[in-house]
Amino acid sequence: MSVKSTAVGGSPAKSRAASRGRSKNRSGDGPEFVQLLTPEGERVEHSEYAVDLTPQELRGLYRDMVLTRRFDGEAVTLQRQGELGLWASLLGQEAAQIGSGRATRHDDYVFPTYREHGVAWTRDVDPLNLLGMFRGVNNGGWDPNENNFHLYTIVIGSQTLHATGYAMGVAKDGADSAVLAYFGDGASSQGDVAEAFTFAAVYNAPVVFFCQNNQWAISEPTERQSRVPIYQRAAGYGFPGVRVDGNDVLAVLAVTRAALDHARSGQGPMLVEAFTYRMGAHTTTDDPTRYRSDEEREEWAGKDPIARLKAYLDREGLADEAFYAEVGAESDALAKRVREGVRGMPDPEPMAIFEHAYADGHALVDEERARFAEYQASFEDTTAGTGR
Amino acid sequence: MDRTTRTMPIAKALNESLRKALDDDPKVLVMGEDVGKLGGVFRITDGLQKDFGESRVIDTPLAESGIIGTAIGLALRGYRPVTEIQFDGFVFPAYDQIVTQLAKMHARALGKIKLPVVIRIPYGGGIGAVEHHSESPEALFAHVAGLKIVSPSNANDAYWMLQQAIQCDDPVIFFEPKRRYWDKGEVDVAAVPGDLHKAVVARPGTDLTLAAYGPMVKVCLEAAAVAAEEGRSLEVVDLRSLSPIDFDTVQASVERTGRLVVVHEAPVFYGAGGEIAARITERSFYHLEAPVLRVGGFHAPYPPARLEEEYLPGLDRVLDAVDRALAF
Repeated sequence: MSVKSTAVGGSPAKSRAASRGRSKNRSGDGPEFVQLLTPEGERVEHSEYAVDLTPQELRGLYRDMVLTRRFDGEAVTLQRQGELGLWASLLGQEAAQIGSGRATRHDDYVFPTYREHGVAWTRDVDPLNLLGMFRGVNNGGWDPNENNFHLYTIVIGSQTLHATGYAMGVAKDGADSAVLAYFGDGASSQGDVAEAFTFAAVYNAPVVFFCQNNQWAISEPTERQSRVPIYQRAAGYGFPGVRVDGNDVLAVLAVTRAALDHARSGQGPMLVEAFTYRMGAHTTTDDPTRYRSDEEREEWAGKDPIARLKAYLDREGLADEAFYAEVGAESDALAKRVREGVRGMPDPEPMAIFEHAYADGHALVDEERARFAEYQASFEDTTAGTGR
Repeated sequence: MDRTTRTMPIAKALNESLRKALDDDPKVLVMGEDVGKLGGVFRITDGLQKDFGESRVIDTPLAESGIIGTAIGLALRGYRPVTEIQFDGFVFPAYDQIVTQLAKMHARALGKIKLPVVIRIPYGGGIGAVEHHSESPEALFAHVAGLKIVSPSNANDAYWMLQQAIQCDDPVIFFEPKRRYWDKGEVDVAAVPGDLHKAVVARPGTDLTLAAYGPMVKVCLEAAAVAAEEGRSLEVVDLRSLSPIDFDTVQASVERTGRLVVVHEAPVFYGAGGEIAARITERSFYHLEAPVLRVGGFHAPYPPARLEEEYLPGLDRVLDAVDRALAF
């Protein structure tokens, strides 16, 4: 019953929007998507989704994407240098992340996967916070409530349920915030994502499910996850789904804003599928040459999210050399800060193993902590005793 | 009997406890399958939705991972969800959320967030049910750091331990001895409770200690009564908590009696009994007059109902172990 009323109450406008959006396909392959900026940097209009940004805001999106890419590249380098154990690069997904992240309001809440470095940037999360877990000094460690940006979740799809529960709480509180849950094309196969869709739908929770379909779940193509385009799954749960050009920061911003407004205004969940491409490896341990072609990558390189916004800025004369130089300098400074920050990141003390296992304490943890401290201290005594 | 003390079955004590928690704290939520109009399949949540509304007593979709996963999200928003898993054997779809998320999220955040989620699970056999309705999976959870595991054996503990579990800032799995739901006992709603994780001596004795929890406490008390007729004095320790375990109380008892038999419905292999045997051997080696013995389920799937009387440790199996321990 609830599913039905959700569908009736919440979806028709956006469902129509989604279908109209499809009719405006400009990609030429596969199902249509919402696009406001072509790969060549030509501004186009869409019947349902629009953005009206000032030149400063447009330059801001460019800056966000360039800095995010630089940060990401620096992290890959740091992994190669042995400073990080692992890194999950977002290369190629800058528009999907910056566009969606910039669509959030301060009071909205974000539940990321482990690749949302660009979204974290838009939430003012210190980039160094993201590096702790990849260096191995913690498993996250930041305060999610400081920026309404939850910890990175590694188990695929789990966070979509946390986001849904959080959104149920938002609704109970009578707040008009929305929740943004990230996941990927691989995660769309997880049962937790299906359960999140179900719970969100029947409780009409103010959550937007944002799928970055980057075409590859490590080595498996999206066709191995779904027989239908991912955004179309929403219909089966009774809420609207829409596919957006994930390499078009303007379209992602417009569609995510609309979806968040939809959720915020009591119309329930929405699914956004950002059609994008993971230009790099799954993580630094991966070798994509084993499963995908150079031609495919080259084709997507031609749809680069940063190049297309720059083409638009240049075409319209919205940015000058001084601006690009400034972003370049800022980018260098960020990279330097990240490098130095990571290298100076101390290893945790051994006793940190026991900290925070429980909030209210646990007798066994106390006992093991005391014994381990004693054991550690025994080495100090030996050293002192031998006068080494 | 003063007027704060009433006699009621465990099921009613749990119901009253949930009612009080909902009354005391507007952030407490009850959620699970059929917990609303039906009042739960065991009626533990009977009448709560009527009195507290659908927003606080929530009938969920039939999806256990979804129940725990959304409870985590609600806890992150500041709520204190008390979830119900309908039967022991149905918890496994939620096992991933419990083990990889609920148990670890507080540590992942270096203590900056808390996950006060209670998971109520009716467990154990003895009700003649079909498969998956009679299991004792507590060891599968006790092995995981970040979770606390408790199990009351009587009505007063059911009332108070549930209150304390809900007030705890850590996730607590609350195993309810389903075949004892209808056992009556006195509940003192005014008495200040002791530590949630403290074991208690349910019956003092001098010759041997029986350690048990949940549904097997009653069996052990009966065994002690029978043994007393034969001139043997058995002490019964009700563990109450399985993570942490109050080893101090068990140790003190064993050092008085010199012998220990651990009893649970769960399979003996890798069960709580093994952990207790190892720890007590380590702590009380020179006090032990006999090896620690264990009585419990077999390393076989829980049998069909017509065989469960053979499978479940009863009076005779407990007394047999007592005989063997005393023979050393």
